[in-house]
Amino acid sequence: MEMVRVQREDFSIDEEIERVKKTSKAIGAVVTFLGTGRDISRGERIQGLEFEHYEGMAEKKLAEIRNRALKNFNVLEVAIVHRVGKIGIGENIVLIVVASQHRNDAFMCCEWCISELKRITPIWKKEFTEKGEIWVEEHP
Amino acid sequence: MVRVRFFAILKDRVGKEVVEIPVSGNITLRDLEEKVMEMFPQMEEYLRGRRLLVSVNQEFATPETVIKDGDEVAFLPPFSGG
Repeated sequence: MEMVRVQREDFSIDEEIERVKKTSKAIGAVVTFLGTGRDISRGERIQGLEFEHYEGMAEKKLAEIRNRALKNFNVLEVAIVHRVGKIGIGENIVLIVVASQHRNDAFMCCEWCISELKRITPIWKKEFTEKGEIWVEEHP
Repeated sequence: MVRVRFFAILKDRVGKEVVEIPVSGNITLRDLEEKVMEMFPQMEEYLRGRRLLVSVNQEFATPETVIKDGDEVAFLPPFSGG
């Protein structure tokens, strides 16, 4: 199983954490970020979401984020999983798992990873609202 | 031929996912963008205002990037993953 993936199916947070933990006995801290589908956006009720990605390039950018994270932060392992396709309210969208010896490095690195993912990864979100479908063009 | 791809809102605006555009010799991305705007005036808003990123063979490109026969160019509206 790759440490960075784009997939349609849901993921298990426990399994992803276990896979990361198994890579080193020096791990003393694991920080996770989980992005989930919320039912409100810019004051509108959201009924569901759909994610599209540029196959190949999205995976390449996630791998690049992992490599840069491992190089620039004092962390031991990084895993990133992003789902695409139709996603319901409350469902998992993205998971980032960062492991390090001490917590502070993992917290900082995890925040950097999700910000960088939003900045450089060709993935787009469509929201289904009562008024119709909207491609989201900003990422707060 | 250059394979040009549109994603998300740009795919909806243009009404196509992929178009093949013939090119002779090496041209810059800026030249290709002019051709794309002639074919699809609805792309002007995004291209003139640079409300997008463009990739060539899955790497981010600039208007000066050279495009050659067989390349894949993709027009990428603002990302909203995560």
